[in-house]
Amino acid sequence: MKVTVTINRRPEIADPEGVTVMRALHDLGYTETEAVRMDRVIHMEVVGDDADVIRSRVEEMCLQVLANPVLEDFEVEVAE
Amino acid sequence: MRTAVVVFPGTNCEHDVVYALKSLGGDAELVWHREADLSDFDGVILPGGFAHGDYLRTGAIARFSPVMAEVDRMSAEGAPVLGICNGLQILCEAGLLPGALIANRDLSFICRPVDLEVVDSDTILTREATIGQRLTIPLNSYEGNWVDTSGTGRVALRYTDDPNGSQNQAAAIANAAGNVVGIMPHPERAIEEVLGSADGEVLLGSYLASLVPA
Repeated sequence: MKVTVTINRRPEIADPEGVTVMRALHDLGYTETEAVRMDRVIHMEVVGDDADVIRSRVEEMCLQVLANPVLEDFEVEVAE
Repeated sequence: MRTAVVVFPGTNCEHDVVYALKSLGGDAELVWHREADLSDFDGVILPGGFAHGDYLRTGAIARFSPVMAEVDRMSAEGAPVLGICNGLQILCEAGLLPGALIANRDLSFICRPVDLEVVDSDTILTREATIGQRLTIPLNSYEGNWVDTSGTGRVALRYTDDPNGSQNQAAAIANAAGNVVGIMPHPERAIEEVLGSADGEVLLGSYLASLVPA
């Protein structure tokens, strides 16, 4: 199954890259941009036929290694 | 007494660390990250570099290297554990130090000597220094901006200016017991006047003085 993991930096943690990208957009005249956050997306192919089992395994992967719980939250989407 | 200087794929400061420790009278040996037994060593240093290419996040893959179980054990036993630059990032990822390192506030790779102030002299890195002492040590990092939402991090050294946005201007962080310390600047690059500063001697000298036979 196709699994998409989105890793978001928690809102209270600074995102220097997002701030820099927003400044660049402002410099280019896109002054309507109010906020930019640089999230990461991981696409995976996972073997199995039970979406719930896959989801729980991938959440475990997120907690163990894919995300850093000190800084980041994550969302797991399993395409059935 | 012997120090294991751990080499991950992508580590690049290991020889400088061994050279510095030996020039200060210590005994150090390179150890590959797949080594699972450090029982012959009395202390361990994780040097700087880009372990596992910094893929995913700095230190994220390195924390699962076999040697890290031994680093964990030595940390729990009270042995001196020092992480320098990338080594600090690995110790944070491994949960041996609180917090995490993110990109520098101004998104610049900072490579210059910085001035530090000793704020805690009860750690393996600072025991031979005095509180308030100023040291000039080279900084060489992109992800040197320490964030600690737990509020439990103990700052051993702080930047006197604010080069990278690090919380509390922390340049070196210790665990509660003071035996695990991570420092973002490189004391091993400041051990001879010809290098521009010999202020790293008091830090690595403190580390060596903290070793006790395993």
